[in-house]
Amino acid sequence: MPEVKRYPNRLGIKGWFGGGRWGVERYLYTLHRLTGLGLLTYFLMHIVVTSRRALGAESWTAAMATVGAPIFKVGEYLVFVAFAFHAFNGLRLVLVELGVLTGRPEEPVYPYESSLDVQRPFMVVMMIAAAVVMLLGGYEFFFMAH
Amino acid sequence: MSMRDTPLWTWHVIAGLIILVLLGLHMGIMHLSGVLHFDAMSPAGDSPVDWANVAYRAKMIFFTLSYIVLLGAGLFHGLYGLKNILFELGPPAGLRSAISALLLLLGVGLFALGTWAAFTARTVALAASSM
Amino acid sequence: MANEGTTNVIFRVRRYDPDRDAAPYYQDFTVPVPPGMVVLEGLWYIKEHMDATLSWRVSCRMGVCGSCGMLINGSPTLACNTQIHDVARDGLLMVAPLPNFDIIRDLVPDLGPLFDRHSHLMPFIVREDHDEMQEPSDQYWQSADDLLEYLQFTYCIKCGCCMAACPTFATDPTYSGPQPLAQAYRYMIDSRDGAFEERKAILAGEAGPWRCHYAGECSAVCPKGVDPARAIQLMKRELVLDYLRLGKLRRRKPAGVLPPEKKRGRREGIPEHPPFTVEGAG
Repeated sequence: MPEVKRYPNRLGIKGWFGGGRWGVERYLYTLHRLTGLGLLTYFLMHIVVTSRRALGAESWTAAMATVGAPIFKVGEYLVFVAFAFHAFNGLRLVLVELGVLTGRPEEPVYPYESSLDVQRPFMVVMMIAAAVVMLLGGYEFFFMAH
Repeated sequence: MSMRDTPLWTWHVIAGLIILVLLGLHMGIMHLSGVLHFDAMSPAGDSPVDWANVAYRAKMIFFTLSYIVLLGAGLFHGLYGLKNILFELGPPAGLRSAISALLLLLGVGLFALGTWAAFTARTVALAASSM
Repeated sequence: MANEGTTNVIFRVRRYDPDRDAAPYYQDFTVPVPPGMVVLEGLWYIKEHMDATLSWRVSCRMGVCGSCGMLINGSPTLACNTQIHDVARDGLLMVAPLPNFDIIRDLVPDLGPLFDRHSHLMPFIVREDHDEMQEPSDQYWQSADDLLEYLQFTYCIKCGCCMAACPTFATDPTYSGPQPLAQAYRYMIDSRDGAFEERKAILAGEAGPWRCHYAGECSAVCPKGVDPARAIQLMKRELVLDYLRLGKLRRRKPAGVLPPEKKRGRREGIPEHPPFTVEGAG
């Protein structure tokens, strides 16, 4: 077969963010990765910072004073928001990826109903639950004095 | 990637479920104790991160152990997730091994640090309360 | 051509000639579109009236062969069963080759990677007895419920739309992708198959379903309702259950040939076939 010149046409990372008539679950896929990366970044730093409790009361109080600044509080709330989304969306993904919420195979008769339609009500419930937790957390973070 | 993804992914999911429970508890104590009126784990009042409250929890063996479980589950879940995302960007084979090794090293190191801190904080808190 | 209700639609078509162009570019064609016209007919109109060099792949023009998959206004689908008026926005229709595959020319993608992956994942029934597999002694016994386990996934026409929609395949050239994995599950779950251990070994690594994170786009765009995402999640379920020693596939014996007592003769009242029109047929 003669060698044919081809033009590479992979969407790449920009395929994670849009550029087409994509469905909701596809954007949740991207959000799940982004929140996961954010949570991991925070978690790794969190391990190091909170390990200072092993050095006693003074070291701990100094560490908490450093991260108690308002900018850290806003950042911490963003982590909380990411947690709420990642947790509830993650629960949906576990149930879907273990075939609990995909539905059984059926003969495709038009109009087709796919596993997306089977899991969608649960997806909506999970997103509402995540939003409620985000709001509760927001109230505590910004309106309740500790 | 190796031929071990079935077990790794299974544990990724199990770790996720463990995190769901333990991190849910952690967030409940740290950030929702006010709205939920759940302050039994912060008896000294004020902020859940005040030393008195931290020491109170550090003395309880449940928290020492659950911190270590959450630490391990979190590190595995997070670093395996990061590895998947990085590998899905299509790095060359040599870079893949480097990423795997680096993430493994990071995970083991932070697990050791966190475990040491959990046990030492317990010892410190117990010693302070017996004085 | 000027029926009632005909409106002009601009076809913004992605063009690429490997001999002339360094990179693809868009070219506009104004096509008069009567109600009921599909994208494929619009492309034919361009080829016949405006630019004979416009290239795409087509065969059956009725949603069966899977040749004319392309990216139409941002969604991978078949040109032959997509109504222009359903998808055109403000009189504009973007037509591009399926993404995630190399472009050979204009709207022609190189589907080679799809077929390579497809064949790599053993898309056939495997029997331990090699001779039996080559020359089955009789039909294998299978219940209607067994059939339903995989029937949906047999409707795949290999058009590549799911691969073009997959965000993981968009970045990862080593990922098997939705089409090959759905077909791998279709044979893995088939009650006549006896190669679970072999399939398991292939699917435990790079080629397996573990890079799927249920973006679900493959199932959303599948023009045949195959639902590859469902197949992939059910595959994960079987592999995880097997790892936890809870799976049923490791203990499954492949279905045997039809026992004589189950055999039925030809039902009464069904006429014989007419004589063959081709010499030597039958």
